[in-house]
Amino acid sequence: MSKSSIQFSRRNFLRTSSLASGGLLIGFNLFTACKSDVKPPVDLADLHYNDFNAFIKIAKNGAVTIFSPNPEIGQGVKTSMPMIIAEELDVSWDNVYVQQGVLDTKNYTRQIAGGSQSIRFGWDALRQTGATAKQMLVNAAAARWGVDASELSVSEGVINNKAGETLSYGDVVDEASVLEVPENVSLKEPKDYKIIGTDRRNVDIDKIVTGQPLFGIDYKEEGMLYASVLRPPAFGQELVSFDATEAKALPGVVDVIQIGDKAKALLGGEKVNWTAQLSGSGKVVVLAKTTWDAFKGKKAIKAVWSDATPLESTEFHDEKLTALLDGKDFVTMRKDGDVNKAFAAADKVLERTYESPFLPHNCMEPMNFFANVTDEKIHLVGPVQTPEDAANTVAELLGRDVEDIHLEMTRMGGGFGRRLYGDFVYEAAEISDAIRKPIKMVSSREDDMSTGVYRPAIKYRIKAAIKDGQLTGYQLKEAAINGNMYGLIPNFFPAGAVENYQVDVANYKSNITTGAWRAPYTNFLAYAEQSFFDELAEEMEVDKIKMRLDLLEKVKGTDDERIQYSPERMQNVIKMAVDKSGWGKQPKGTYQGFVAYYCHNTHVAEVADVQIENGLPVVKKVTCIVDCGIVINPMGALNQIEGGVVDGIGHSMYGSFGFENGKPTANNYDKYRLGRMKEAAVVETHLVQNELSPTGLGEPTLPPAGGAVANALKAATGKRAYKQPFIQDVELWKVKEEEILG
Amino acid sequence: MPTYQLTVNGKAHTVEASEDTPLLWVLRDHLNMVGTKFGCGIAQCGACTVHVEGNATRSCSLPVASAVGMSITTIEGLSEDGSHPVQQAWKEVDVPQCGYCQAGQMMTASAFLAKNPSPTEEEIKDAMNGNICRCAAYNRIKKAVGVAAEKMA
Repeated sequence: MSKSSIQFSRRNFLRTSSLASGGLLIGFNLFTACKSDVKPPVDLADLHYNDFNAFIKIAKNGAVTIFSPNPEIGQGVKTSMPMIIAEELDVSWDNVYVQQGVLDTKNYTRQIAGGSQSIRFGWDALRQTGATAKQMLVNAAAARWGVDASELSVSEGVINNKAGETLSYGDVVDEASVLEVPENVSLKEPKDYKIIGTDRRNVDIDKIVTGQPLFGIDYKEEGMLYASVLRPPAFGQELVSFDATEAKALPGVVDVIQIGDKAKALLGGEKVNWTAQLSGSGKVVVLAKTTWDAFKGKKAIKAVWSDATPLESTEFHDEKLTALLDGKDFVTMRKDGDVNKAFAAADKVLERTYESPFLPHNCMEPMNFFANVTDEKIHLVGPVQTPEDAANTVAELLGRDVEDIHLEMTRMGGGFGRRLYGDFVYEAAEISDAIRKPIKMVSSREDDMSTGVYRPAIKYRIKAAIKDGQLTGYQLKEAAINGNMYGLIPNFFPAGAVENYQVDVANYKSNITTGAWRAPYTNFLAYAEQSFFDELAEEMEVDKIKMRLDLLEKVKGTDDERIQYSPERMQNVIKMAVDKSGWGKQPKGTYQGFVAYYCHNTHVAEVADVQIENGLPVVKKVTCIVDCGIVINPMGALNQIEGGVVDGIGHSMYGSFGFENGKPTANNYDKYRLGRMKEAAVVETHLVQNELSPTGLGEPTLPPAGGAVANALKAATGKRAYKQPFIQDVELWKVKEEEILG
Repeated sequence: MPTYQLTVNGKAHTVEASEDTPLLWVLRDHLNMVGTKFGCGIAQCGACTVHVEGNATRSCSLPVASAVGMSITTIEGLSEDGSHPVQQAWKEVDVPQCGYCQAGQMMTASAFLAKNPSPTEEEIKDAMNGNICRCAAYNRIKKAVGVAAEKMA
């Protein structure tokens, strides 16, 4: 029995039925069963009995199939979410089959991968569902034997009675399927877990290592044509006309058409809307028998473009951002006390500005989607993080009923936020609608990088007031290019720890498309803020760790409900990081940088170790402390944590992306540097052991990594990194003289 | 369009393709072997790596005409049943996150280990540095190459 009596909203959470082929089908809703403090981002008030977003099937032979509703983008939910059900259902993991659910707007809700929220939202519902199903099977066995259900025990799908008789789940599954759904079933204590907390391999591992078709780009149908789309080469441009004579003469090219009018009419609205830039122009589509023929055909198109809006450059963005920071056109996101009074009364004021560029997502699998539009139905297959939204938009775009749409989700070759935006689905649908044939739209790497939905370029200016050795005021100003998406961030640390505190944001509406990029907002904010904390400690002449611990001490017992982070959990990861990284005890020649950060509901501390090799600083190791509550699958968790750290370092170091006359400055990996194996630091992870509800790991270790490196570089070189990517700051790489001389 | 005779995973195939078609697209679109992946098209990321005469080769930049008469191995032919030591090691270490780049990683690793069966860590890093993993599972890839080497010893 679970020690905490969890209050579930039972209404509409779970329903069972018997299967025509025998066996039990259980439909459940991940969100109506959530604890009250977890608020999913959809209105649940109108959910009905058929609003289930996940299913389990128990067959007569005892095999358990779990349909994983959420798209898999490499974050591991296709493995970890079913593990939670299997734990409470009390079956052997070896008897569990996991299948990707299709988009089913009738029966599923919120089939989204984003924000590291799948596990956090699913935790209670998945356990409750597994436990309820188990209780029904036990009740069926009790009825068969004519005994009380409390006399029975279960182990790995086998029910035992006191007389030593046994029944498998498969034996009683038909009887169970007609029983009433029991209320108030008990959940296991964490100490009794057999699956949760154990290492389980990726459920698709066998298919991945043998090269089986899994991804959207691998999907094929008989008679399918490949489509390559020529989009405006610069943001702000629109198609005027094109000549396809040469392209049509190429072998393999079947047709050349123009699309975009429908998308432009529906989506090409206000300038800042992300869909406007990607859907605001006519586009030329080459249809061919192979991908290569389609790519070649596209290169042979002679198109004329006009400048519909002014073409922007990085220099222009830079000036705009500085002007915004210097100006008064801010929206205040949070205001405690009076920062201006604090600055006026201060002994010292510290002000610093930090900058970061746009970043492309660079999913290894380029954007692609299959569409087959006929009079009867619309068949869509491919990788998308927001399938429901994509289906609704396609229905609207083509003037069709959403009931006509059958959307299948494939495994995704990375998402990182890019596949939250469904422009590639709309394109595929519009192409197939125009020619009434099955097609697959495939982007080249150049298409992908130069018609992206980028992380916004941002500058942060942070200002602190110091009075009598105390931090008395803290103000953060953000200026962004299409980046006003501040959400909950103003309530993150140090909100609550400083009496006079203010966060202000300003935005420039650009024609460059921007959107969520792995760990939106914090992926750059963490570096700026944690760099500033180190500078603040130096200015105040206090220990960097002690300063953070003291500030957190002030937040304890706060009655401010907006504060989500836990000062106790944050202090704990800080202390563990000090201990595990050998902070302050590092050998000569090793320089450390410290960060503690909360985002995506997870508390993280990281220490980067930098050494000088051949006269240059090199990040050798990162010690990473993570408090994400109960860890479902340590093997998957460590992969996410390490990947987040190495990805965070790579983009902070090398991620360079800008614009010239509306055109991206890089369009493939010869001009855009991603971190590679030689640059990958060793990551030593320590997971905090507790029995608190689990939170997600797809994002939270990435944001702190850049800050840890910046702080370690400062220790190694004496220079502070104010701008990403660090590699371009020549001053930063000048090593202290004594290091070179030894 | 011209026709070409190719030997892929020990089997002979005849394909009709324009002569500059890269081997990658012949494998994926003509022969329906989609395990070999498209990443960049300019031999910078390694997702399309196959073996040509035992050498790790970027199939996105090798015209089909140049592959005639060569012995080509793809991820589908690395073993019959996923039993190649590199595949076994990849499973044991649970390397993939999204998994998209892994076929290319394994093809690079298996060609490398065939030539250097007991590599140092630095040699592994040198050999694998041309393959991008956007999920940044590099530490697991490095570990799995080492595990595979042990299995082959």
